[in-house]
Amino acid sequence: MNEEVRLMKGNEAIAHAAIRYGVDGYFGYPITPQSEILETLEAEMPWETTGMVVLQAESEVSSINMVYGGASTGAAVMTSSSSPGVSLMQEGISYIAAAELPALIVNVMRGGPGLGTIHPSQSDYFQATKGGGHGDYHLIVLAPATVQEMADFVGLGFDLAFKYRTPAMILADGIVGQMMEKVVLPPARPRRTPEQIAKQCPWAAAGKHKRQHRNVVTSLELDSAIMEKNNERFQRTYAEIERNEVRYETYFTDDCDYLMVAFGSVARICLKSIEEARKRGVKIGLVRPVTLWPFPYDAISQIAEHVKGILVVELNAGQMIEDVRLAVSHDLPVYHFGRMGGIVPNPLEVLNAFTQKFNL
Amino acid sequence: MDQNQIIEQGTKVYSRPRLMDDRNMHYCPGCSHGVVHKLVSEILDEMGLEDTAVGIAPVGCAVFAYHYIDIDWVEAAHGRAPAVATAVKRLDPSRAVFTYQGDGDLAAIGTAETIHAANRGENIVIIFINNGIYGMTGGQMAPTTLEGMKTATTPYGRRVELNGYPLNITPLLAMLPGTSYVTRQSVHTAASVRKCKSALKKAFEAVMAGKGTAVVEVVSTCSSGWKMSPAKANEWMEENMFPAYPLGDLKPLE
Repeated sequence: MNEEVRLMKGNEAIAHAAIRYGVDGYFGYPITPQSEILETLEAEMPWETTGMVVLQAESEVSSINMVYGGASTGAAVMTSSSSPGVSLMQEGISYIAAAELPALIVNVMRGGPGLGTIHPSQSDYFQATKGGGHGDYHLIVLAPATVQEMADFVGLGFDLAFKYRTPAMILADGIVGQMMEKVVLPPARPRRTPEQIAKQCPWAAAGKHKRQHRNVVTSLELDSAIMEKNNERFQRTYAEIERNEVRYETYFTDDCDYLMVAFGSVARICLKSIEEARKRGVKIGLVRPVTLWPFPYDAISQIAEHVKGILVVELNAGQMIEDVRLAVSHDLPVYHFGRMGGIVPNPLEVLNAFTQKFNL
Repeated sequence: MDQNQIIEQGTKVYSRPRLMDDRNMHYCPGCSHGVVHKLVSEILDEMGLEDTAVGIAPVGCAVFAYHYIDIDWVEAAHGRAPAVATAVKRLDPSRAVFTYQGDGDLAAIGTAETIHAANRGENIVIIFINNGIYGMTGGQMAPTTLEGMKTATTPYGRRVELNGYPLNITPLLAMLPGTSYVTRQSVHTAASVRKCKSALKKAFEAVMAGKGTAVVEVVSTCSSGWKMSPAKANEWMEENMFPAYPLGDLKPLE
């Protein structure tokens, strides 16, 4: 498969990108608004072409444990779900992080809490960026704003997951999952051979195949002194990720008097608000964190030095705003505007909120 | 004549299986796990599966199975071994994949994973150690705990009106079209150990031939949890466990 320009949903783009990246296995369970990922994979039948395994599991609990099993063998494996399903996966994600396994988890967020709605939300920010399951761990969290990024972050997520031996998450909102846009799909590359996997993942429990020692993938260590050492190793990895992998985009920040911070598709709504504001002579800039963990504290901190205030816009009650406040060391108004329960604000609504908060 | 000369003369009748590590086990005296570990080690060696075998260890007493058998292992979350095994097998069907689970792991918290893996006919061996009690956590009620049986959480005996009935899950698995071979064994006598070994061998043959899920339940003792001597535990098992969980093939291999 060569590079190809297509019009498709964000969810479909994830499925196509997975096949083209050479993913070894997908294990998932249907839930709105992301079922197109599993549906597209089943329709594409990649087991006939690349040999990729696709399996509809009996639950999200089972899906994530299939991912754990597949990742234990050094395979590139992934799952996807939406908020309630991702809550069910938290135990398994903690095990994957603790066993230092690479894997990709996609959360196309819907409004919560509880069964909530099937409409777009960003209310799983805390869960994704602050751990989610039990124990001290982090996921590398990528927040796509376009269908193109839905496709691109599959490869990026796996690259980072394998580089650091830690699970990565694509934290998308229902908008970017469901909307259709032009997307450039990358050319397909072959899946790794068992020999390549063994070389890349000498720790993998894939069968000994003449190896002198056995490989054991486990998160269990009853000796607390060793378990603390393990935790110290995890924290060193996280520190390295924080040094190397912060990603963000800035718009109009050179001359701005005010700043908006938003992630995912909400950043695009904010950009429209900012264009309108500039027509009215109000200079607002935008920071769009691309990695929600590690978070771009330094970038926001630097821009915060020369603005009069910050508005954080999210589809939740105020979650990322806590990280923005951590980034701002001086006395600066940092406000939040959010809609909840699946409601998406339009650009004028955001601009009105901005002018009200700052009395402009 | 020293020990080696005696062995050279072909009089040696038993040795530690090659794939079994020479180390002290954490299992209690009289526990069935050690015997089943030995049988699994022997079969993987005899069938030439050492290099392709991946064992999925449970949560429970056998959580450290990977300390004793020299193959690759994945330690699963409680109850999820059949899901873990599903992916390990599907990603490379040449692997010999088995789960090793206790009654709490397989028949309580992992019931869904067990039934669905078996119903999909995953080509994995499920080794099910049923001793009717949670050993690792200190002898609490298991799904297979017998009616009237005293445990840490049924101190006056299991009452069905309070705790429900003992879950006889293996016949349920035998009903599923995805299973190729379902059997119930024990390892409390020399004869039963031999029978159990041949059942385990048949199970690995079935999955390596792609015939579907093979389930080997081993009705076992838990001397510590039952608060009995090993000898007494064997007697109690024969008198109480076997009537509730009769030995034999529930679904013979075709």
